[in-house]
Amino acid sequence: MSASVLETRDVRCTFSVRQGLFKPKRPLHAVNGVSLTLRKGEVLGLVGESGCGKSTLARMLLGLQAPTGGEILFEGQSIGRLDRASITRKIQTVFQDPYSSLNPRKSISSIVSLPLRVHKIGNPADWQNQVERMLDMVGLPRRVYHSYPNQLSGGQRQRVAIARALIMRPEVIICDEPTSSLDVSVQAQILNLLRELRQELGLTYLLISHNLAVIDYLASRIAVMHLGRIVEEGTTDTIMRQPSHPYTKALLASVLTPEPGLGVPATDLGTSFPSPLAPPPGCTFHPRCPAAMQVCKEAAPKPRAQADGGMVECHLYT
Amino acid sequence: MSAILEVRDLHVRLPVAAGELHAVRGIDFTVRRGETLCIVGESGCGKSMTSLAVMGLLPRRAKRQVASLRFDGIDLSSLSERQMSDIRGNRMAMIFQEPMTSLNPAYTIGNQLAEALTRHRPVSGREAEQRAVFLLEKVGITSAGDRLRQYPHQLSGGLRQRVMIALALMCDPALIIADEPTTALDVTIQAQILHLLVSLQREFNMALVLITHDLGVVARVANRVAVMYAGEIVEVGTTAELFARPMHPYTEGLLRCIPIPGRTRRDEPLGSIAGLVPSLIGQQHGCGFANRCEYVQDACREGSVLLGMEAGHAYRCLFTPEARRPAEVRS
Repeated sequence: MSASVLETRDVRCTFSVRQGLFKPKRPLHAVNGVSLTLRKGEVLGLVGESGCGKSTLARMLLGLQAPTGGEILFEGQSIGRLDRASITRKIQTVFQDPYSSLNPRKSISSIVSLPLRVHKIGNPADWQNQVERMLDMVGLPRRVYHSYPNQLSGGQRQRVAIARALIMRPEVIICDEPTSSLDVSVQAQILNLLRELRQELGLTYLLISHNLAVIDYLASRIAVMHLGRIVEEGTTDTIMRQPSHPYTKALLASVLTPEPGLGVPATDLGTSFPSPLAPPPGCTFHPRCPAAMQVCKEAAPKPRAQADGGMVECHLYT
Repeated sequence: MSAILEVRDLHVRLPVAAGELHAVRGIDFTVRRGETLCIVGESGCGKSMTSLAVMGLLPRRAKRQVASLRFDGIDLSSLSERQMSDIRGNRMAMIFQEPMTSLNPAYTIGNQLAEALTRHRPVSGREAEQRAVFLLEKVGITSAGDRLRQYPHQLSGGLRQRVMIALALMCDPALIIADEPTTALDVTIQAQILHLLVSLQREFNMALVLITHDLGVVARVANRVAVMYAGEIVEVGTTAELFARPMHPYTEGLLRCIPIPGRTRRDEPLGSIAGLVPSLIGQQHGCGFANRCEYVQDACREGSVLLGMEAGHAYRCLFTPEARRPAEVRS
């Protein structure tokens, strides 16, 4: 097993939310005690529904949001003790929406070279060279060098965002829904690109997505998140073939693969999504769980190690 | 089965700064009573414009030109706006993509549901409310009576889309057009909403036109599929037939692009379609897919492209799949 690059230990993020002008603020536990390890060279897929805290977790890993509890370690050192610049040199990100993550008033060359300018890396005379090499690497023609984002298609913009993330030669790339705003034919191009770059440069990815088919294709391990907690984690094969947690099973059953004749699966998750402001007592998944027992309403389950090195957090397995 | 909706040679043109955008370029399709037709395509292929053209909801500057547009024996193309609005929401209804923006935030759920019925039927407010409660329960919303007094912002995205479905069902329509009804929702909610839509469609024996970009949804829901590309229908057939034997190079390419858990090999690249969708501004020549097609020949860039016919399965290509050769090999 290779060394861990990025590690979270019981990390938490709590926001206080104003309910009304004269009502007291209430805490919202967006991330509620997450321990994850990202090992060198692997792709960890993080999956969960909207509002489960996966983007907040990503923001904390990028140093954009300070955790309110717990610790984030980068190569064994606490991120809180490192300065922002040295974090961003090693951890870069590709955001979901390439229409809003590129400055419309800057040219592509200026967007891609910005990290070099900010961090004052190398000789300015060499920057153009580096940008051009980066554009080649992500499969963009050199003529876009002087273009502006509005002259590019969605897929091309996402390639620019990837080039910008890679120009710093980072260790870790956090991809937050990198393909969900793209068409399927373009999504396939971007997934192929991410896969090739990983092999070529030995990158480590944290891939956040709600699409399990995308995660299955790229990830080596999968973590499933529900309401601020990781409820199951394991190798891609285990999670996709033999999921343990009822939530993972429901997520897997909801994937609509293009196989005619199978019909739409009936998931028994119920219609209510628990409010993160008033999480249900015990296991936060119990109001939606088809296998809920009395104990699930009373006590939160403890994480339990699985045979393949993963873990599951459910009373069915304790 | 008789046809509920028949569209012949539909064109939609939009004037833009650079000229005229030919968003829909002469498409034909038929929807039979009680069946589900899926129109699938990538963004910009004209699928939403098609649905808006049928409903008479195109933007004002858009121009609709159609040889025949018949719904349940009525010629929709000759109706006035007033007559059209008597049919819309009554005999045919629409479900939009964004449940966040398609409900009016200033009115309660009950108000909006009841209005749909009182607009078209001579019923009292009380009767309309009863119908609203009945349908909210049908779409799986608990304590429906209390929900009537709630405002859209008090509901989650999944619940709002359920309300939209109930709203479409208020007048017991013969046809529902759903434009990407689940795109903005989570996968688990998407499965629930589609399951609901399909079971309600069977129960009320409605025809459903589902517009989507997701071939996974198509495979699970549709009876028949129409694949759109660059404003044209490039392939149409029954779902089983089209997925088992895609005949058009674009359909074939699209199916190769989708990773399927358990079937796609992780160590191999996904299939992809190189190139970009052509600009539809100005006069179009030849096959719309020619610039991205791996089998392209000189003949594809000139003249019109014929629609090959087989029993129930048609495609728009000059060549049969057997006659196609990859471009590199040929030269």
